[in-house]
Amino acid sequence: MKARVVVTLKSGVLDPQGKAIEGALKSLGVEGVASVRQGKVFDVELAGADANAAKAQLKTACEKLLANTVIENYQIDL
Amino acid sequence: MKTAVVVFPGSNRESDMARALTQATGRQPSMLWHADHELPAGTDLVVLPGGFSYGDYLRCGAIAGRAAIMDAVRAHAARGGLVLGVCNGFQILCESGLLPGVLMRNANLRFVCRMQHLRVERNDTAFTRRYDRRQTIKVCIAHGEGNYEADDTTIDRLEGEGLVAFRYCDSAGNVGGDANPNGSRNDIAGIYSDARNVLGLMPHPENLIDSLVGGTDGRGLFESLASAA
Repeated sequence: MKARVVVTLKSGVLDPQGKAIEGALKSLGVEGVASVRQGKVFDVELAGADANAAKAQLKTACEKLLANTVIENYQIDL
Repeated sequence: MKTAVVVFPGSNRESDMARALTQATGRQPSMLWHADHELPAGTDLVVLPGGFSYGDYLRCGAIAGRAAIMDAVRAHAARGGLVLGVCNGFQILCESGLLPGVLMRNANLRFVCRMQHLRVERNDTAFTRRYDRRQTIKVCIAHGEGNYEADDTTIDRLEGEGLVAFRYCDSAGNVGGDANPNGSRNDIAGIYSDARNVLGLMPHPENLIDSLVGGTDGRGLFESLASAA
């Protein structure tokens, strides 16, 4: 089973990299960019076929390692 | 004082740290590998040195913070044992849960490598007794992710309970403004755990122990520790 985990900064956490990208897009003339926040994507292949078990495993993976929950949120898509 | 330095894949300041510890304590530290499960019996102080453990993959200190040896370090800290984390070591302490908060990318997005003044916030801890309270010391910094952040509740608690160890300042001891190299909340350069037996700081006191290279303001920290046990 394939899964995708998306880790993003919590709102309110300053994201200097996102700000720099936002500035670069504006300087390139890309119009309509209000703001940019940078995050991470993990594509994970799981051995089992049970969606609920997979979700629980990925939740553990996020809490233990993939996300620093002090500053980051995570979203699991199966 | 029996000391131990943990070496992770990608650590690169462990020799500097060993030199500073040897100079202050008169005996060489044990060098531990990240995959070890135990500290040598009788270890008083465990040090996590600077560097780029695991190439800073995922987040700085994230993978090292979950290495096998860290269970032993956590147990040592829980017993009241001394733990020091410098630079990447500070990042590892935050990622391992031994200290609160997180070190984010420097606000100006640049790796900063320069001399830096710090204000010693208190001198009644095992790490700072050889300094004066509010003394200004000159050490060096070399990091890209030293921007200390935590939620407001945590910051208030650190401030309220006197857990801020060092703040960035100028040569006259004034904190704030351009003296802050990375955007850290409240100019925080280092913090203590609740019991003040764990210290994490971004600057490198271990590189300021010899008048031949930059000064000796870092010695106080190691001499304080040497006299702590």
